[in-house]
Amino acid sequence: MARAVSPRRMILTTLAAWTVALIIFFPVLWMILTSFKTEASAVASPPELLGASWTLENYVEVWARSDYPRFFWNSVVIAVGSTLLGLVIAIPSAWAMAFVPGKRTKDLLMWMLSTKMMPAVAVMVPIYLLFLQFGLLDTRIGLVLVLMLMNLPILIWMLYTYFKEIPAEILEAARMDGASLWNEILYVLTPMAIPGIASTMLLNIILAWNEAFWTIVLTTTKAAPLSAFIASFSAPQGLFYAKLSAASAMAILPILILGWFSQKQLVRGLTFGAVK
Amino acid sequence: MSTHSTRLAARFMVAPSVLVLFIWMIVPLAMTAYFSFRLYRLLSPDRTGWVGFNNYVWFFNSPDFWLALTNTLLLVGGVLVITVVLGILIALLIDQPVKGQGVLRILVIAPFFVMPPVAASIWENLFMHPQNGLFAALARGLGGQPILFLEQHPLPSVIGIVAWEWLPFATLIFVTALQSLSSEQLEAAEMDGAGALSRFRYIILPHMTRAVTVVILIQTIFLLGIFGEIFTTTQGGPGSASTTLPYMIFKQAIVAKDIGRAAAGGIIAVILANIVAYFLMRGIGRHLDA
Repeated sequence: MARAVSPRRMILTTLAAWTVALIIFFPVLWMILTSFKTEASAVASPPELLGASWTLENYVEVWARSDYPRFFWNSVVIAVGSTLLGLVIAIPSAWAMAFVPGKRTKDLLMWMLSTKMMPAVAVMVPIYLLFLQFGLLDTRIGLVLVLMLMNLPILIWMLYTYFKEIPAEILEAARMDGASLWNEILYVLTPMAIPGIASTMLLNIILAWNEAFWTIVLTTTKAAPLSAFIASFSAPQGLFYAKLSAASAMAILPILILGWFSQKQLVRGLTFGAVK
Repeated sequence: MSTHSTRLAARFMVAPSVLVLFIWMIVPLAMTAYFSFRLYRLLSPDRTGWVGFNNYVWFFNSPDFWLALTNTLLLVGGVLVITVVLGILIALLIDQPVKGQGVLRILVIAPFFVMPPVAASIWENLFMHPQNGLFAALARGLGGQPILFLEQHPLPSVIGIVAWEWLPFATLIFVTALQSLSSEQLEAAEMDGAGALSRFRYIILPHMTRAVTVVILIQTIFLLGIFGEIFTTTQGGPGSASTTLPYMIFKQAIVAKDIGRAAAGGIIAVILANIVAYFLMRGIGRHLDA
């Protein structure tokens, strides 16, 4: 909707838009600022900004805690692991549904989507008991499995919409030239599909990293990722604001960066391709 | 076209995902249904047996259940209204030609990437805390009393936090929708003397219907399961003032350790989700090109 506007109007809308954007972003900004203050400065009243005493100590201390690097590492393993495992299952399915659609493909896709609508609490008890039975409680492999299953419908849907955009003529041409099914996948499809697979992967890592139901229910200490750790950070009563902020900042930073790269894909992925 | 062997191969490729999703859905659900008719308390493991619909009756007789149900609907409805209305307004604003649009969008989208426990903890400690929060400092600076957000207004506070997290999502989708609006149409309307309001009412809003539907549908799916924000801030309290249905079921299972009742609650949640899903799928089915 880009239209020519007068310079005066441009200045006014710029001012208004930036004000709104800064208000929305302010809580994150304030948390980051707090993470660089001393504990005393973090809870000072009235709030300190320019006169605050700044320090890097919080980051050093949080990272030096015996457990913080472990929570961080758990987050990485669970997010990346569940995404990779999900892709292994989702790519063939999405490929088959996009290129060899049958009569029931649409129903199948809608059914997969409907599994997303099952409330997690409804299956919490059985999953907990099954995990207890099989010794999966508080293990990373257990969380990898559950988060993979939880996000599998989104993975398949997103890949499906990307694969659909690859022109079928190219495949037919390859077939005419005598390419076998596997050669077709390996040398024709894969190179064209890589951007879509990459965006899908990115979005899924974000979703898995931020997940905060199963991570809280199914872990205690050993396999707990950052989301479970921050959620159980017991009422700080103003004593650990700066450290809590530093721990939080490090928990969201990787995703903030990944997320900014994948804005467009985010819309597509979370609307199951309905808005592109 | 596709040969017999290609079709067969395609079936084999779809099979694993169908199989794991089917197991993931049916096994736990069947177990939940079974437990919901059993007496099953982790604190008294010796006493077990069939109890018919007793667990369900307990839920329906509990005042907390109706409160939790109301809270769930208020949470979903409140967040939807805030994010859709503000989302459209902000989308209209940042879709204008402004300086530094790239950075601007990055700032607006940021809250969506903040994990729920961190979002909740920022608001709880740095903003809403009655002694050390920024809002309290602001109130004192203006000579007033700090508002006890999470203590006296727990549900509106949680709604505010969740709305802040989801506002970027709505905004982003509305901006995407706005970009596909043809500028010729708007310019023609402008030349014909249509004011800003009627341009919004008769051109922009109808164009956005699909985006609004999609935002409502997708957000509802996620909002019905809101958990981390409540767990981090109010733990459903004070009392049950901010307990939603998912949180009530969680408390039955984890705190009261009553598996039977929690399971009955789970089945009730499934039925409710299905009612919502029925309308969602009807709405979303038209908007998805599968």
